[in-house]
Amino acid sequence: MKILVPIKRVIDHTVKVRVNSDNNAIETDNVKMTINPFDAHALEEAVHLKEIGKASEIITVTIGTEKAQEQLRTALAMGADRAILVKSNLPIDIGGVQSLDVAKTFYRIAHSEKPDLILMGKQSIDSDAGQTPQMLAALLGWPQSTYTSSLTILEEGDEQLEVAREVDGGVETLRLKTPAVISADLRLNKPRYVKLPDIMKAKKKPLEVIDLQQTTANIKLLKITEPPARAPGIKVPDVDTLIDKLKNEAKAI
Amino acid sequence: MTILILAQHDNKSIHPATFSTVTAATQLGENNIHLLIAGHNCENVAKTACQIAGVDKVLYASAPHYENFLAEEITPLIINLTKDETYTHILAPATSFGKNILPRIAALLDVQQISNVTEIIDANTFVHPIYTGNALATVQSDNPIKVLTLRATAFEEAEICVGKASPIEQIDPLPAVNLSRFIQREVIETERPNITTAKIVVAGGHALGSIENFKMLETLADKLGGAIGATRAAVDAGYVPNDAQIGQTGKIIAPDLYIGIGLSGAVQHTSGIRDTKTIVAINTDEKAPICEIADYTLNADLFDVLPELIEKL
Repeated sequence: MKILVPIKRVIDHTVKVRVNSDNNAIETDNVKMTINPFDAHALEEAVHLKEIGKASEIITVTIGTEKAQEQLRTALAMGADRAILVKSNLPIDIGGVQSLDVAKTFYRIAHSEKPDLILMGKQSIDSDAGQTPQMLAALLGWPQSTYTSSLTILEEGDEQLEVAREVDGGVETLRLKTPAVISADLRLNKPRYVKLPDIMKAKKKPLEVIDLQQTTANIKLLKITEPPARAPGIKVPDVDTLIDKLKNEAKAI
Repeated sequence: MTILILAQHDNKSIHPATFSTVTAATQLGENNIHLLIAGHNCENVAKTACQIAGVDKVLYASAPHYENFLAEEITPLIINLTKDETYTHILAPATSFGKNILPRIAALLDVQQISNVTEIIDANTFVHPIYTGNALATVQSDNPIKVLTLRATAFEEAEICVGKASPIEQIDPLPAVNLSRFIQREVIETERPNITTAKIVVAGGHALGSIENFKMLETLADKLGGAIGATRAAVDAGYVPNDAQIGQTGKIIAPDLYIGIGLSGAVQHTSGIRDTKTIVAINTDEKAPICEIADYTLNADLFDVLPELIEKL
């Protein structure tokens, strides 16, 4: 089984993001960047499937500037076999390369690479849209599992995959035919830490650079603002005061 | 303009987020609003849908392969509807239901989607949170069809008008696609109110330390008639089912009162409670991020406070 793992370079989740002074972007200068955390879960699952003999090759792909090679190298260190950078200087977001363009780009890659499985994060933690996996599945005409918290490869039957999905009200189990698109949620696994020897090995793994095809951005970004701040709160000394405040001041109980 | 809303329901009743989505649709301007009920043997749901204020027509499609709302099955049904009627907008709630299906539709219509809309400026201009709610993006779409998911907490629920009866149009089901098959759903049964619509939510974190201790939280929630919420860490530790998780991976809530107990308040969690009216933090750590956004902070040990709160409320 060949697995394609699309990833995204995003601002590290521990960074407190700031809107720039022109109100049209988030400050990214001198900000720590990482692999989108949900994509790390997708990668981990792919590597795990290879380790247990279910996957033969893992190809990772991203869209971005030359700098996104850092995240591809990390993915290679985690266990991907080779990487593809689709080069673009546009932001991978509204106002730049938007979800549908991202899905179309991965669609083209899927057509040339012919993976049996595409594993990717359920959303990126910058735009938070959570659209690309479903769009990609639709363009390919493949089944999908979003918010996946468990994935099992089946040996028998018409369907090759059994998945558990975290949905409103509980957990849902589905069986899917392959090829399929799986979007990873946090409880799918625990991504491994990359070790130094793996980083060294990853430097020798193949990384191909191709150009992004024309995009069709048709959503305009008008502005980015910070949400209104909450009014400052107060400290209460004890339970009695808390109950009194909730009853008589906030009128919440 | 004609708007199509994909309704979330469970073949028995309509999900509250659907009512909020109808309200959002009415804010798009002078419109004709169609509400699609796709499911199996859920005529009663369609009949209720006819009574929702603002809904002009209910489209009802029933087939065994629509029973579990598989994205692969629902998508072609909606794409087919767009061939007969010129829709300007297609809407669904930004729940795991709507978010699962709508991007497939957007892709096949060759349009971008705008997710988690929290404010409608006009029929083409929308606000939605990005970066876990740390920023708000205002965007404008010139797509012929706008595909949007709407955050339920940002819109009031549309009312039921008893006696109103918008027409129901039967939609012929399409043949099953059979790319995916539903096996089972583990639904968490609870007597407590739904976390996304509850007026009061009591949330706990990893510091609770055990399932038994988490039960104290449930006692408090029951005293207040509230729902139970949790952080990712508490869910991962098995104290509470995933359904209770609040935040980026989990539910977005906006109750009147939120009480956070034994949790630090990482942004991944607090992004889900930003629109709460009153936030209470009970935490020994004065520097915990939850205390920065709380209206009332009680810096004390939860194991002292919880029994006292339960007793005195």
